[in-house]
Amino acid sequence: MKMLVLVKQVPDTATQVKVGSDPRTIDQTGITWIVSPYDEFALEEALRIKEKRGQGAADEVVAVTLGPERAKEALRSCLAMGADRAIHVNDPAFEGADTLTAARALAAVVKLEAPQLVLSGRQAIDDDMGATGAQVAEILGWPCMSWIMEEAVSEDASQVRVGRQVEGGLEVFDVPLPCVVTAQKGMNEPRYPTLKGIMGAKKKEVKELKAADLQAGGLGPMAPALEVVALEALPPRPPGRILTGDPKDMARELVRTLREDVKAI
Amino acid sequence: MAGAFWCVVEDDRQGQPKKVTAELIGEARRQAGEIGGTVEAVWLTDRAAPEGLAQLAGWGASRIWLWEDAALTPYRGETWVPALADLAGRESPRAIWGAVTSRHRELMARLAARLGAGLAADCVAFSLADGRLVATRPVYAGKLLSRVRWKSGPSLATLRPNVFKAAEAEPGRTPVVERQSLGTIAPAARFVERREEAQTGLPELTEAEIVVSGGRGLKGPENFVLLEELAGVLGAAVGASRAAVDAGWKPHRFQVGQTGRTISPKLYIGCGISGAIQHLAGMRTSKVICAVNKDADAPIFKIADFGLVGDLFEVVPLLTEEFRKLKR
Ligand SMILES: Cc1cc2nc3c(=O)[nH]c(=O)nc-3n(C[C@H](O)[C@H](O)[C@H](O)COP(=O)(O)OP(=O)(O)OC[C@H]3O[C@@H](n4cnc5c(N)ncnc54)[C@H](O)[C@@H]3O)c2cc1C
Ligand SMILES: Nc1ncnc2c1ncn2[C@@H]1O[C@H](COP(=O)(O)O)[C@@H](O)[C@H]1O
Repeated sequence: MKMLVLVKQVPDTATQVKVGSDPRTIDQTGITWIVSPYDEFALEEALRIKEKRGQGAADEVVAVTLGPERAKEALRSCLAMGADRAIHVNDPAFEGADTLTAARALAAVVKLEAPQLVLSGRQAIDDDMGATGAQVAEILGWPCMSWIMEEAVSEDASQVRVGRQVEGGLEVFDVPLPCVVTAQKGMNEPRYPTLKGIMGAKKKEVKELKAADLQAGGLGPMAPALEVVALEALPPRPPGRILTGDPKDMARELVRTLREDVKAI
Repeated sequence: MAGAFWCVVEDDRQGQPKKVTAELIGEARRQAGEIGGTVEAVWLTDRAAPEGLAQLAGWGASRIWLWEDAALTPYRGETWVPALADLAGRESPRAIWGAVTSRHRELMARLAARLGAGLAADCVAFSLADGRLVATRPVYAGKLLSRVRWKSGPSLATLRPNVFKAAEAEPGRTPVVERQSLGTIAPAARFVERREEAQTGLPELTEAEIVVSGGRGLKGPENFVLLEELAGVLGAAVGASRAAVDAGWKPHRFQVGQTGRTISPKLYIGCGISGAIQHLAGMRTSKVICAVNKDADAPIFKIADFGLVGDLFEVVPLLTEEFRKLKR
């Protein structure tokens, strides 16, 4: 069984991001880049599926990213974690691509690779759109299950049982393969790459694809459907009031002010 | 292009629209008031109660497109998307809006791909620039705001709950219902079961108007009872930091933050939470933020409207007591 994991390279969560000189993008100086955390859950799950099914199954886990040259680092981390090979869609034509354009490109890669299962993160923590995985499924005409907390691929690899997180509970479905699932936090704890893994990653294949290569996968229109007008800093919150001293007085004063001054209750 | 603003109904699975639907309609009416167009509701459900339809009309939906079919529950993109896409193809709405809920997020993503339209997810504001709709949405875990506009197709968006002002109900409006039929769609995904979360009697985290949240400062799972008591008095939901979740004190669905739920309550009370940037990502659009922390230098005090420097084991029960007095 072949599995494709969609991974995006994003700024580290602890990085301070600032608006760049082009206000539509961020200032990239000094940023530490990581694999988006939800994509690590997706990759970890794919690796576990492969491990569970054992040697004889001849399974393959392929990490795929669309991004600039630096995104290769993200693929290297995936290979170090245990992905078998990687695909890098690396073409200036995709600079400033919106979610839908990215989804079209990734769907084209899926068509070319013909995996049984595609795993993505629930959302990428840069644009926080939470749409790409489902859009890849729609473009391919595949079923999709979002916010997956658990999964079990059937022995004959014909279907996957998934539990998806919804408000108030978990909904369980049997979904025939091929399909797309998007990983929610809580489904697993991603492994750290071992030294052996890191060394081994250097020998694994990273294939580069250009937009032209994706035509064979039916790449759709490239014009963005959504455009960023500008990024802006958050409006500052007015300075707060800090209460100290006797706990009883603090509690009383807080409740009074919430009630009478801010009318929050 | 005039065209209608469509608001996809989020319901309680018992035939009643939820409050976030009133927020969608409220905002759609404000925007339609500026650029023109009507506001209509789009409801896919296995059960639409007559009072639910009256509610939508009361909020101001001039027309309700209704699919009422057992096959629509639980949500599956395979059944919902073609239905909505077909109607959108015929009616050419100006905008299609859903709520930031697990199913609407996926629905709108698929629909956008089907229609070749732009999607702005998790919007917190709308405005007009040169006669065109512009959406504002937090990005980079809420560290920045992004203003976006649509280049093609209807303007698809999901709206964050508790941010937009809900439409006021005006009684006496008769709902205009356009019943639609599903056609024959055989979804490939087969529903097996729904596992309900343990009932806490407290509201859902993402919808609650008040959230009381606890972190590592609580020292152990048993102490969440302090927060549950406070939440009970306030009618609030309980949340947790990742440290509390990773320690196994609360299941993941309680987690607030970048890798948890994004919430925007009217009042957020964080107890024993330091205020790491990844936690702030999930709650910084709350209207009023209170923090209880024994460390006066805790970062959460930088964004808190009210900070109480003290031991939560002393302060929280006193708060519960004071709030309880109010209720009497
Ligand atoms: C990729 C990534 C994603 C993440 N996503 C999230 C996320 O979604 N949500 C999230 O919350 N975190 C997230 N984190 C983790 C985040 O960085 C912090 O580690 C976490 O929020 C800390 O939780 P905490 O505030 O409960 O614990 P701590 O930082 O340990 O803070 C505990 C606080 O309790 C106070 N305290 C202790 N005892 C008392 C007492 N008796 N009375 C009053 N105060 C007391 C202390 O002064 C301290 O400030 C993420 C991290 C990464 C790297
Ligand atoms: N440029 C990209 N390359 C590879 N995967 C991506 C890319 N953008 C998004 N994805 C995948 O789609 C998920 C959702 O992304 P988004 O819709 O941007 O929030 C991510 O978690 C990734 O798994």
